[in-house]
Amino acid sequence: MIEGRDLWLFIAALGIGTFALRFVFLGLVGDRPMPAWLLRHLRYTAVALIPALVAPLTLWPAATDGAPDPARLVAAGVTLVIGYATRNVVLAIASGALTLFGGLALLG
Amino acid sequence: MSRQTTKSLYWQGVRDGAPFVLVVVPFSLLFGVVGTEAGLNLSEVMGFSVLVIAGAAQFTAVQLLSDGAPALVALVSALAVNLRMAMYSASLTPYLGAAPLWQRAFAAYFMVDQSYTVSYFAYENHPRWSVPERMTYYFGVVTPICPLWYLFTLLGALIGDRIPEAMALDFALPITFLAMIGPMLRTPAHVAAALVSVAVALLAAGLPYNVGLLIAGLAGMMTGAQAEVMLERRKAARQP
Repeated sequence: MIEGRDLWLFIAALGIGTFALRFVFLGLVGDRPMPAWLLRHLRYTAVALIPALVAPLTLWPAATDGAPDPARLVAAGVTLVIGYATRNVVLAIASGALTLFGGLALLG
Repeated sequence: MSRQTTKSLYWQGVRDGAPFVLVVVPFSLLFGVVGTEAGLNLSEVMGFSVLVIAGAAQFTAVQLLSDGAPALVALVSALAVNLRMAMYSASLTPYLGAAPLWQRAFAAYFMVDQSYTVSYFAYENHPRWSVPERMTYYFGVVTPICPLWYLFTLLGALIGDRIPEAMALDFALPITFLAMIGPMLRTPAHVAAALVSVAVALLAAGLPYNVGLLIAGLAGMMTGAQAEVMLERRKAARQP
């Protein structure tokens, strides 16, 4: 484990690098027009990245060391369906959380 | 819908960001604990959360450093975990690109999974918001999320592993994001993008440094864009 000045250099480098990734388009491209094909792809960034981010966490939760867990799977399904059906994010979170706690109490 | 005041847009952002407190609190608390256990002092732990402000990358860096990985390897790995931020940045640019530079710099600093997802979703649903209105909303979303990130990192570092194992808080992140996916599925192209990205993410989950996530994201984006073109062609063909 690096320490002291080296560690601070590391933290600073990671901070600057991360900021650069966040700033690269928003800051440098700004309001210059982007080509239509790129904009068409960017319209699907959220709907592609967010499911990809949660799918492995849902199927193989860290809390169970990666073993699929019925209570978590059912809660995930309920959250998704309620969110899709009602378009109400808070209602979907509440339904999912209640299902999870209910499922964990029932199934252990 | 009637025109909203700037103040009410800010508070709407705060309300929409609020559910994510459930994610930020346990995650930052855990980083404080893990960082301290790895041998970082209080200012170093806080240095990570304030300068980097990206949970998964912070965990990756501390994990690799405490495993004795070379600093450069730890740095590149943590930055790879954050590559998705460049995609978020690109996707927000059509909406926020015309704002003053200093505002864009702050928006970039506060760009995390939650602030991006909530804001992008709102921008799509309110295409008539002006750029200042979008920025106001963005900083509203950030308000309940980012200050708590610092505060609970501090708390985690101070009280350490005396925190009781909270019940299933690990699942707060999947639940809050899953809740946002349903409303995002507005067209068959969105559904196709999500399905392909999930399939690829699961197949590529074994790859190191979150590379699977990036491949899955790109595959989903290409699917969505392609599906959109096909749907438009079909619609055009049906019209006489």
